[in-house]
Amino acid sequence: MSTKICVVGGGSGGTIVANRLAEKLRPELESGEAEIIVLNDKPEQIYKPATLYMAFGRSELSEVKRPVEDLLDPGVDFRQKKAVSIDPESKQLGLESGETCNYDCAVLTTGSKLDMAGIPGLKEAGHHFYGPDGSEELREELANFESGHLVVSVMGVPHMCPVAPMEFSFLADDWFRTRGLRDEVEITYTYPVNDIFGLDTVANWARPLMEERDINIETFFNPEEVDSSEKVIHTVEGTEMEFDLLVAIPPHKGAELVKSADLGEGEWIETDKHTLEATRAKDVYAIGDAADVPTSKAGSVAHYESGVVADRIASQARGRTPSARYDGKTVCFIDGVDGNKATFLQFKYGEEPDLPEESKLIHWAKHSYNEAYWLTAKGLL
Amino acid sequence: MSQVNYDPDVIVDSRDATCPGPLMDLIGKVKSAESGALLELRTTDEGSKNDVPDWIDKAGHELLETVDQGDYWSIYVEKS
Repeated sequence: MSTKICVVGGGSGGTIVANRLAEKLRPELESGEAEIIVLNDKPEQIYKPATLYMAFGRSELSEVKRPVEDLLDPGVDFRQKKAVSIDPESKQLGLESGETCNYDCAVLTTGSKLDMAGIPGLKEAGHHFYGPDGSEELREELANFESGHLVVSVMGVPHMCPVAPMEFSFLADDWFRTRGLRDEVEITYTYPVNDIFGLDTVANWARPLMEERDINIETFFNPEEVDSSEKVIHTVEGTEMEFDLLVAIPPHKGAELVKSADLGEGEWIETDKHTLEATRAKDVYAIGDAADVPTSKAGSVAHYESGVVADRIASQARGRTPSARYDGKTVCFIDGVDGNKATFLQFKYGEEPDLPEESKLIHWAKHSYNEAYWLTAKGLL
Repeated sequence: MSQVNYDPDVIVDSRDATCPGPLMDLIGKVKSAESGALLELRTTDEGSKNDVPDWIDKAGHELLETVDQGDYWSIYVEKS
């Protein structure tokens, strides 16, 4: 009897888990006892961390995207189709085309997307760096911005790559400093809670660096509306902030099928944090941003989770008891201090990370990894 | 246990969520609640006992009471 595995999503988690499965189940794939399908609505994968650098002209679109099919093992069947629903009872995915796709085991790597409409006025007045289109637009804004108030505002958590707003602030500081414009540009970083980051260790590391670089900090700042004509942010707390250039980290939302199938309370799939099984649907796993596990929405999480899920599914396909467990391992670089220094944080569930002193060496390690990322997507690194 | 028997209009159940989850859950619900609404935040995160009252104070709402329910805390808030 054949085991049919459907991976929904062709981002980092999707290609890594599919490739790891292909490697583990090679004999079964060749004998027809296993089938691996990847469904993705777009033909290409975007390496999202690099779009941050696009905004500063340090990276090009051609460098941050690859055809999904080129990243997948030849034993994996890629279909450019969008899954819009899932019925865990009948083990069937509904596709936008009207077709259906049955599965024995599904891996949901449906990610998160920006909700620019989540805050009135944001779409009209705000910019972002979380995708090629946003970063291309922002590059033009930055290139022409010579004076005024730049506001970097985290408008909701959780969001992709939690340290990216800090990185953007450091890179912006360096961008204007090297152009001799820093005295003309005021930079403010805002965060929703009463510190500048959710982890104390990171907040304690970043706060003095921001203060030394005259980056203003505003906490307990939760935008409710953006007045695009007056260029003013109004907050839930009743405060206001004027801006000339707004770089927002918009609220995020999950895939529609998560809500329609009631896989979680809100936007994310209710997931066992160790087994990565969806708790509301049998034989369904969740990886990456889509899962509600208590760690960052970061590419490294999807990477490490993929190995665990591939191991568990391969065990199940062979009639064994799956034993691999995800321990919450997360790694995030924080780049951009003075333009060319970085540090990184690494932690597991319940741990506070240690941060090495920021250095050029770590900065170049990060950029080397950016180049090597496509090997990770192929499941090789 | 509280001496007051609250009848919340909105219950925000953030038990097992870690910082800043409970506060962000509360902020989301306060945004959509009517003025005068009574909200109950249920949290197992000890940090919430500090950052939630701080935020309530900054946002101008009224902290009614924080009640130890044994295995979680209930923070009662009235939206201004």
